[in-house]
Amino acid sequence: MLNIVIAGVGGQGTLLASKILGQLGLNHGYDVKVSEVHGMSQRGGSVITYVRLSKEERLYSSVVEQGKADVLLAFECLEALRSLPYVKPGGTVIVNTQEIMPMPVITGAAKYPDGCLGQVKAKAKADVIALDAIGIAKECGSNKAVNTVLMGVLAKKLPFSRGQWHSAIVQNVKPEYACVNRNAFDRGYYYGENS
Amino acid sequence: MKQLLLGNEAIARGAYEAGVRISSAYPGTPSTEINEAMARYSEVYSEWAPNEKVAVEVALGAAVFGARAMACMKHVGLNVAADPLFTAAYTGVNAGLVLVVADDPGMHSSQNEQDTRMLARAAHVPVLDPSDSKECKDFMSIAFDISEKYDTPVIVRLTTRVAHARTVVEPGERKDIPLKEYAKNTAKFVSMPGNMIKRHVAVEQREKSLAEDADLLSVNRIEWGDKELGVITSGAAYNYVKEALPEVSVLKLGLAYPLPRRLIEGFAKEVSELVVIEDMEPFFEDAIKAWGIPCSGKDKTGIQGEIFAGKIAAKFKGDPDPGPMTFGGIPVRPPVMCAGCPHRGLYYVLSKLKLNVLSDIGCYTLGALPPLNAVDTCVCMGASIGMAHGAEKARGGQSKKTVAVLGDSTFCHSGITGLLNMAYNKSAGTVIIADNSITGMTGHQDNPMSGKDLSGQPAPQLDAMKLCEAMGIKNVRVVDPFDLKALENAIREETARDELSVIISKRPCALIVKQPNTPYYCDEAACRNCGLCLKLGCPAIVKTEKGVRVEESQCVGCGLCAGVCPFGALSIRGNDHA
Ligand SMILES: Cc1ncc(C[n+]2csc(CCOP(=O)(O)OP(=O)(O)O)c2C)c(N)n1
Repeated sequence: MLNIVIAGVGGQGTLLASKILGQLGLNHGYDVKVSEVHGMSQRGGSVITYVRLSKEERLYSSVVEQGKADVLLAFECLEALRSLPYVKPGGTVIVNTQEIMPMPVITGAAKYPDGCLGQVKAKAKADVIALDAIGIAKECGSNKAVNTVLMGVLAKKLPFSRGQWHSAIVQNVKPEYACVNRNAFDRGYYYGENS
Repeated sequence: MKQLLLGNEAIARGAYEAGVRISSAYPGTPSTEINEAMARYSEVYSEWAPNEKVAVEVALGAAVFGARAMACMKHVGLNVAADPLFTAAYTGVNAGLVLVVADDPGMHSSQNEQDTRMLARAAHVPVLDPSDSKECKDFMSIAFDISEKYDTPVIVRLTTRVAHARTVVEPGERKDIPLKEYAKNTAKFVSMPGNMIKRHVAVEQREKSLAEDADLLSVNRIEWGDKELGVITSGAAYNYVKEALPEVSVLKLGLAYPLPRRLIEGFAKEVSELVVIEDMEPFFEDAIKAWGIPCSGKDKTGIQGEIFAGKIAAKFKGDPDPGPMTFGGIPVRPPVMCAGCPHRGLYYVLSKLKLNVLSDIGCYTLGALPPLNAVDTCVCMGASIGMAHGAEKARGGQSKKTVAVLGDSTFCHSGITGLLNMAYNKSAGTVIIADNSITGMTGHQDNPMSGKDLSGQPAPQLDAMKLCEAMGIKNVRVVDPFDLKALENAIREETARDELSVIISKRPCALIVKQPNTPYYCDEAACRNCGLCLKLGCPAIVKTEKGVRVEESQCVGCGLCAGVCPFGALSIRGNDHA
């Protein structure tokens, strides 16, 4: 069984990642549960999506609860910190190092945590992979491709081949963006290998 | 072929397969995607209605005249539609009539946590309560069959975790259900007392016979396990029970109302301890206790919020309590108006003028949050206008500082009658329609002011100016909320007047029209750190030690900030700021 939590800021495109992941699971004989967030919090608030995949047993709940996530895929640094309690000891945290200021920080009512990434690394009882996914996405030609960069990194932790991911991505994005997204995925997939 | 469908998409699929012909709905999280999915089936006529009452009446009319029909809404929408529902329960239907109503335990996107089962019981209408997308699809067929067999509207009730979960569904074929004959039957369909006295008796009989049949209905089923503990549950809660207590005996209620009494009594006899685990109100628990069967549940699970597996395992199995999912000590991230949002200009001015703002439900409710802090009240759709009128009548001249603010979709939903009341009863108030040409908060649905219909085809566009004129309102004007000076003048003038006035603050939603996307920047040398631009509450403008910084990745180039900066510090790189 695989429990994945995808955390980000409304508008960052976390839903596409969960859709593609769910599709992959379905394509390859898994029972799949995805829990999405629509509505109010999509307006720039914290959003959390859960994806559960299982080959062995039937799944019931679509929610990943505290301490149960194998992987936390975080689109933003503060959201990674917020969602750490989901991760099970020995799990994996993949975090985009981008920092997006929430309104209480913008107005000066709160402070964005100092050294947020450092705190993620210090507090996680898990393997942390941090990368500037938005920078990589921009190099690929679209900062919207940040989700496919992160999916590329995630792919390394999951039992699906690069080709299987490619086809699930192509199925789920507009044809004109397929190429950018495939490249962005590969940049994530090979991240850290030649550096 | 198996598909991964949202509960809402599966509802649409189920309705399609059940031969539904007419679907009318008003958007509302977590129900909105049902009718959006419905619109993809060309065999079904689907539409956005201006509100839920109209949607239910449309569906009722279609059903009485022989077509399987449905209406979809969020839980509070059923309050608006309660009037037709309560009497449709008396008249009965002809072809099947199903209302899909989505509850929101935990209030992810709602103003209350009302439990649709309670309203359904009050209306004497059966309720089905699916647990996943497969059941969403399957229960729609069952709902239409029950509706026709027992001659009653039927409610399919969803909760957020069912409506917005993607799970595996095997689509089937559409059943060929011909139009039913329509025969005039005034004794049934004309709701005069003489007729309805007899119909009330029929309602009672129908409910009794369905309750008896419910013992055998396949959607109510027992999954025997260890008989030390027996759990009665339904909907999303069933999933958490199965995860947390896989070994116990479970009675799963697919039909949440009326309840299968003999089945429940039999189950209770077999188990040593009986508990009820249900989202929201103690709806099953109270009924079961009233039959004299000892049980518990709400004493441990509570009424507010969602019940997850971890909580169930802690309360009923003695596992360590996972506690609430809170993550202390780090800044919260509440929703905000998007960069480029036209409502920002409006609320900036309202906040500056320190008016009492009786607001309403939509993206513009976010003007209540810091730093704008510009909203006094927000209750239910349309309430802004009624409340503003009440406030004005209560306080007379002192109410000069009070305005009603509501969106275009909300105005069409239930603002028009309120405005008519103001005109008719000689209000001197000011109403501001924040017209962004779309139903924004629920994810951009068209409405009678947007110029398009559900299928994206051009549609007649309500002319709010003419409407106001027809009501006899003399002072009506349109202002661009990004023209801050003009807007401020308009609001000052109209609130000073001793007559009713309407200001249409018009600019399309930043997510539906292409934005310039050329980011602004702050010239540190020119910035005097006055903080005015921070009062806009723009997610792209961040406070720094010396002044502000514009986040290029967030800025869409709307330029509103340049309009408030007195020192010309905010501009586009390379452009000389005038
Ligand atoms: C009775 C009822 N139906 C539906 C909703 C869901 N809902 C909340 S806000 C909203 C749309 C508001 O649109 P509009 O007034 O145009 O404002 P915008 O969000 O575009 O600013 C809807 C449909 C609700 N809260 N209450």
